[in-house]
Amino acid sequence: MTGDHAAATRTRLLEVKGLKKYFPIRRGLLQKVVGQVKAVDDVTFFLNQGETLSLVGESGCGKTTTSRCILRAIDPTAGQVLLEDGGKMIDVATIPAGELRSLRRQMQMIFQDPFSSLNPRMTLLDIVGEPLLVHGVGSPQERTDRVVELLRLVGLRPEYMRRYPHAFSGGQRQRIGIARALALNPRLIVADEPVSALDVSVQAQILNLLLELQERLGLTVLFVAHDLSVVKHISERVAVMYVGRIVETAPTEELFASPRHPYTEALMSAVPKPDPRLRSERIVLQGEVADPANTPPGCHFHPRCRYAQAVCSQKAPVQEEIAPNHFVRCHRAAELSLRGVARLRGPASGP
Amino acid sequence: MSGDAKTLLSVRNLRTCFYQDEGTTKAVDGASFDVHEGKTLGIVGESGCGKSVTAQSILRIVEAPGRIVDGEILLTRPDGGVTDLVQQKPDGREMRAIRGGDIGLIFQEPMTSFSPVHTVGEQIIEAVLLHSKVSRKEARLRGIEVLKSVGIPKPERRIDEYSFELSGGLRQRAMIAAALSCNPRLLIADEPTTALDVTTQAQILDLLRTIQRERGMAIMLITHNLGVVAEMADDVVVMYLGRVVEQGDVDAIFHDPKHPYTKALLQSIPSIDSKPRIRLPTIQGSIPHPFNRPPGCPFHPRCTAFIAGRCDKEEPQLVPVGDGRQVSCFLYAPAAAGTAP
Repeated sequence: MTGDHAAATRTRLLEVKGLKKYFPIRRGLLQKVVGQVKAVDDVTFFLNQGETLSLVGESGCGKTTTSRCILRAIDPTAGQVLLEDGGKMIDVATIPAGELRSLRRQMQMIFQDPFSSLNPRMTLLDIVGEPLLVHGVGSPQERTDRVVELLRLVGLRPEYMRRYPHAFSGGQRQRIGIARALALNPRLIVADEPVSALDVSVQAQILNLLLELQERLGLTVLFVAHDLSVVKHISERVAVMYVGRIVETAPTEELFASPRHPYTEALMSAVPKPDPRLRSERIVLQGEVADPANTPPGCHFHPRCRYAQAVCSQKAPVQEEIAPNHFVRCHRAAELSLRGVARLRGPASGP
Repeated sequence: MSGDAKTLLSVRNLRTCFYQDEGTTKAVDGASFDVHEGKTLGIVGESGCGKSVTAQSILRIVEAPGRIVDGEILLTRPDGGVTDLVQQKPDGREMRAIRGGDIGLIFQEPMTSFSPVHTVGEQIIEAVLLHSKVSRKEARLRGIEVLKSVGIPKPERRIDEYSFELSGGLRQRAMIAAALSCNPRLLIADEPTTALDVTTQAQILDLLRTIQRERGMAIMLITHNLGVVAEMADDVVVMYLGRVVEQGDVDAIFHDPKHPYTKALLQSIPSIDSKPRIRLPTIQGSIPHPFNRPPGCPFHPRCTAFIAGRCDKEEPQLVPVGDGRQVSCFLYAPAAAGTAP
């Protein structure tokens, strides 16, 4: 991967089709199932080799559950998670548990909280080397050499490898987490809110590191986040989720410049812009995010939507490709003209 | 630069330290700023910059090993008199009347700041009874009224609910209602929207603006989110490791930052209106642990404009740089023996 974005011949690495994950609500002595929390409700998207797709949405929209289903950390209720492996598409969702281990080498995760995701009783060497040990890679000496290499790769000094996580700052710990995720040379990295626990000045360092590593190692990244500014910064394509469904997927600049789903529009307008001259009329959504245990009929967003019509509360919209690579789930997508983030600024914007 | 607005609260050279076995943490080390009537002052900084301890010092709720060691916190009272809060007993009659009365407080996490074993209403009524001579019945009516004013639907029912029965957004509204119940003239909001989603955040910020317009209340908004500051504040104070590094009006801070830290911070944030997938300029290193505070200017090990022999030896002071702005940096300070600014 040399950052050659023009190459249209990218192969699919991951294809998620009709993914569903329902959690049962149990009550009473006999633990009878009285309802379902539809955390993920019919999610379909794909990831090409070497690209970054962001999954963005507010808390409880199902973005983390989606990523956990992809890694098969939990079993999905329905749907397919197809991972390309040696020219074949293998369904991670249904593969027998015994065959999972080899697939897991190809998919690794970076966690949100660098404080709770590292074992305080293990040294850096143990933490970063553990995936190698679990998968039986190399001799002890080879593993140590690999850890040294990984620490350098993420910008940490290998001399520190016998230290414990408490000796490191939040940003450095996140680097340790990234080194661990890279240990087995995975093809797919699922990064779940990797910078949201960090200070602003450290956030930029980690984002730069992720961009750099991706280019060097040709990684494919599924970036799960709620911060739209970060999402805009890191991804090539963005998928917006609302209450268990992806409502819009599009190339980053296109999504931000001309959103086609009313929720995307409202979400972007709600983000406070770090420029007092841009204080503008914001679309303030009324009411609350729908409860996934008791979802509204039809389109999940209709009770809060400014453009809702009768059909929106009766029929759930289906995902349609409205422009090349631009998927929307809205009855009125074709007729609405929505507001995006108009102005584009350069990297080091001054006065 | 806040026009002719009168000063409501003036913090002068505040120093708050925590004395622990491991050493002394200078959480706030000589902070000075003013809050003007009816205006919003944004206090920005990353973790460990002392923004929350500053708020705790103003309300005199700094916890045990911590103590205010120096400085003045001058509050203008409704009768025009001035009270120095540092001289008050933290649990004295005067301070208790000010806390919740003159100054209201909203915390970051409404889940942990409400008691889970009392209804939201009981907690608001308690505050009202403490600060005004009204009957319980009147206090309850005031509670319902204030819940309604922050946009909580069916306030007469919600008042008897517990905080865990409310959603995050409603809980933060209830928190604001509690803070407003005694008509404070200053509202200190410590990261009021950090735990909320963006669309809920937009609702809460909108609410704060409306309340401020209606009541003419001053707001001291403490946050790490530069976007929130840009949207809300009239004046901005930027803090780093317990010190005020720069202050001025919001447009000046965002469009003509002076201090190298402010400049670097503004450049390092990814913005929703910038180009995707570019390398962000970064601030090297990380925030030092408060025990290993660098000598001289606390920012010098990470600063690109570092002057060897000066920044690592002497501590810069806040100096005026025109237009009511102040910067604490040797780039703007005349040489030690030079002319006064």
